[in-house]
Amino acid sequence: MIDIAKANQTAVSRMMEARPILKGVTPAKDVIPGMKPNLLLHAGPPIEWARMSGPLRGAVIGALIFEGLAKTEQEAVALVEKGEIDFAPCHHHDTVGPMAGVTSSSMMVYIIENETHGNKAYSNLNEGYGKVLRYGAFSEEVIAKLRWMNESMGPLLAKAIEASGGIDIRALLSESLHMGDEGHNRNKAGSIIYTAKLAPWIAKVVADNEVESEVLKALGDNALSVLNPVMAACKAMSASAHGIEGSTMVTTMARNGTDFGMRVSGLGEQWFTAPAEVPDGLYFPSFTSKDANPDIGDSTITETAGIGAFAMAAAPAIVTFVSGTPQDALNATLEMYEITIAEHSHFTIPQLEFRGTPTGIDIRKVVELGITPRVNTGIAHREAGVGQVGAGLVRPPMKIFEDALVAYAERYKL
Amino acid sequence: MSVTKSEVRPGVYYDSVVLMQLQRKLAALPGVEDAGVVMATPANLELLADSNLLEAAGKAARPEDLLIVVRAGSEADASGALAQVDELLKQRSSGGANQAFRPRSLAAGVKNLPAAEWVLISVPGRYAAKVAHEALDSGKHVFLYSDNVELEDEIALKQRGAELGLLVMGPDCGTAIINGVGLGFANRVRRGPIGLVGASGTGLQAVTVGIHNYGGGVSQAIGTGGRDLKAEVRAASMLQGLRYLAADEATQVIVLISKPPDEATAARLLSEAQTAGKPVVVCFIGFAAPAEQIGNVHFAQGLDSAARIAVGLSTGAITPPVIERRTGYLRGLFSGGTLAYEALNGLQNFLHPIYSNVAIRSSQKMADPLHSQAHTIIDLGEDVFTVGRLHPMMDNDLRLRRLKQEVEDAETGLVLLDVVLGEGSHADPAGELAAAIASHRKTRSDIEFVALVVGTDEDPQNTDEQIQKLEAAGARIFRETTMAVDYIAARLAATPSATGKALQPFSEPLAAINVGVESFFDSLKAQGADAVQVDWRPPAGGNEALASILEKMKGR
Repeated sequence: MIDIAKANQTAVSRMMEARPILKGVTPAKDVIPGMKPNLLLHAGPPIEWARMSGPLRGAVIGALIFEGLAKTEQEAVALVEKGEIDFAPCHHHDTVGPMAGVTSSSMMVYIIENETHGNKAYSNLNEGYGKVLRYGAFSEEVIAKLRWMNESMGPLLAKAIEASGGIDIRALLSESLHMGDEGHNRNKAGSIIYTAKLAPWIAKVVADNEVESEVLKALGDNALSVLNPVMAACKAMSASAHGIEGSTMVTTMARNGTDFGMRVSGLGEQWFTAPAEVPDGLYFPSFTSKDANPDIGDSTITETAGIGAFAMAAAPAIVTFVSGTPQDALNATLEMYEITIAEHSHFTIPQLEFRGTPTGIDIRKVVELGITPRVNTGIAHREAGVGQVGAGLVRPPMKIFEDALVAYAERYKL
Repeated sequence: MSVTKSEVRPGVYYDSVVLMQLQRKLAALPGVEDAGVVMATPANLELLADSNLLEAAGKAARPEDLLIVVRAGSEADASGALAQVDELLKQRSSGGANQAFRPRSLAAGVKNLPAAEWVLISVPGRYAAKVAHEALDSGKHVFLYSDNVELEDEIALKQRGAELGLLVMGPDCGTAIINGVGLGFANRVRRGPIGLVGASGTGLQAVTVGIHNYGGGVSQAIGTGGRDLKAEVRAASMLQGLRYLAADEATQVIVLISKPPDEATAARLLSEAQTAGKPVVVCFIGFAAPAEQIGNVHFAQGLDSAARIAVGLSTGAITPPVIERRTGYLRGLFSGGTLAYEALNGLQNFLHPIYSNVAIRSSQKMADPLHSQAHTIIDLGEDVFTVGRLHPMMDNDLRLRRLKQEVEDAETGLVLLDVVLGEGSHADPAGELAAAIASHRKTRSDIEFVALVVGTDEDPQNTDEQIQKLEAAGARIFRETTMAVDYIAARLAATPSATGKALQPFSEPLAAINVGVESFFDSLKAQGADAVQVDWRPPAGGNEALASILEKMKGR
């Protein structure tokens, strides 16, 4: 007889005990298991080219150009349509990527090592704002920025991180949650801490002051520079909680711009998917919800691990996403306690008297109470090449939780 | 022709979310076609340029400057919009009321108000038992307003409640007043020394109102739900409530209200009432009360008289003596038929089961008048005994032989005899009876003998002498039936088996979690109670298949 409560306790404890340390930066092909030149990893659950949304297609095109496999959009599309390119979810390769999440073999990636359980996770480097690959932009300047990141920033970060001996991302998050971050949409404080921690080591290992200045500026200007290591850290934490027999805890939530996908600790590698929804949000000048692509990205790994929208109460500066008042931000977090297994032992919220963040989504509670997880997210334009158009709030479709519950009943013969 | 106007605010910082919100508000102003509000970083300037929102002033802005751009149908609209920026920045979301979090699950409600001792449940009946079990699981008393709850669920809930030392009021409990706070439907009555337990909602309301109007006050009014006194439920909640009020220092008088309970339940309740150590007013509407008062138990004929009696008792409340209990059965050996009948009428409310050859209820009929069973009251003057014999008022032989038979029965604990004096009666009944009692007491010292002596000081047998003989033999004497009934009821009523854990004193101030009907929550708040409203919905949105899977997963 399965003891669900015990299985969930095991799962959530493993997730919270995991200690993700940022250990290095290196080309994807050197570390990501199964990585090869014609393989592109993407965000969310599996998807074939025909069903890919605009931003994901744009990022695929950009990545093929970046890899030198195609010179133009047309060439890239032809290559894909000939079946020359393999696609796989980042999640199938211990990797996560924000928005389109497209990761190719020569891209530099962060290496996160979970010192408690020994597993690793990877994520690409954050490009900053404006026209960027992760939002499906693939113009020349986008590719140029990627090259600079791969050739200047990445190697320098690699040396600096190595020299530092590693950066404890869990500790960084604990601190940034006390500084107004929620770890998903808002990583201002975390990115500053990250930059501050790296700066001395960058200065120590750098050969060229010009490069140092550029890299420090890129890190310091980008309020999302720590997002990718944070996501990989969350991936390492949640992966260590996956595969616990009998557990109903969610270990993956991810979207590919077409489908929202979820995996559950006690239900193996099966994805539960349903059409992704368009986020409810605020838009950049001249854009409206008509321009928005359905929800996209692996960044929901933050909510999976107990931060992001779940820690909304800690981030009063972005309460506008939840309709405006600090009370609404508190309510957002309080609502998530209803569907989670534990209160995080390391991530706490000053505004709630240092209560731990709601951690470990239980599919039973989601279905029983009719409360789906909250997700804070960026919004991509629905067409390839345009980029980010806003940011807001979205929830996964209820169907994936219901399907997972039914699958659980079958698997465990209830 | 559109007009684009910019305003640069050097060195002003706002979070990007505030800026996006401002931009949305600007764009929504009349005449405005588009708006942009950004920190003037190169990336943002490019974004504005792409949207046709960048003109000379904007291009000159520096990254640390706040840049506000409006494109409008006319110069006046554009300037008008920019003029409103400060006002828009000050605006807060409409309403502005900080809506406190409303949990969806009882578990979250409990976390939000850990001090709550009470859970009010008014969800549809088919879900109510489950929610009530959850409340008990989290250590809370339950006020279960919902009706259409299965009887077996009620029994199970009350059984668990008793084991855990938690009260389950209801199902179908309409009213209660706990620590001065009305739960469900309740009248505003002053606090005072009268505690009530009622199986009838409006009955309880009527008596609390009566108490208030007669100048009295209420300590606690505990509801039980209408089925509590059914044989199957065994008055589980009323017994708990009664015990609570008996132990409660703030309560000096107890009132029990119900429609007539079944026989065994009434006996349980009244026996329990006798041990309360304070006056108990019983108002079982339609119940044939044996007397106005038996010991500390007062019988009221109606709701109003219950209130009046209770208030009267509470003003001069004296603590009635509690008579020590003993075990064994009553054997009443009567020579007088009506005396036997009157004794049975009183004692049947406390001693259960009780049998007689002059049964009032058909269930009391003896299988064989020659052999006593359980508590028994026999009229030895009945024809079956007197065929070919003298009436036992004239001849003690039959009674002496039956007395011997009872004494030889190990189950006998108390023997009641009537001694009817006067013309025509035996010349010295006490002489023979006392001798027998004295002799039996040598072999059965555990049997108590009680004699009901009916006679005057002018009767030929000399009543005083008769009494002295009986007393000398060790019998306890009463001069009229109800006094004897009082005593025997108090002595022999089954000591109620207080199963489970006693209720702990209810904490003040009252704090409660309301699951269901929102007006109950509003009413709690209006009364100054600490309360949390749970916005309950059917599990899995009412999807039966999913709910059944969830149910199977429970307890795993």
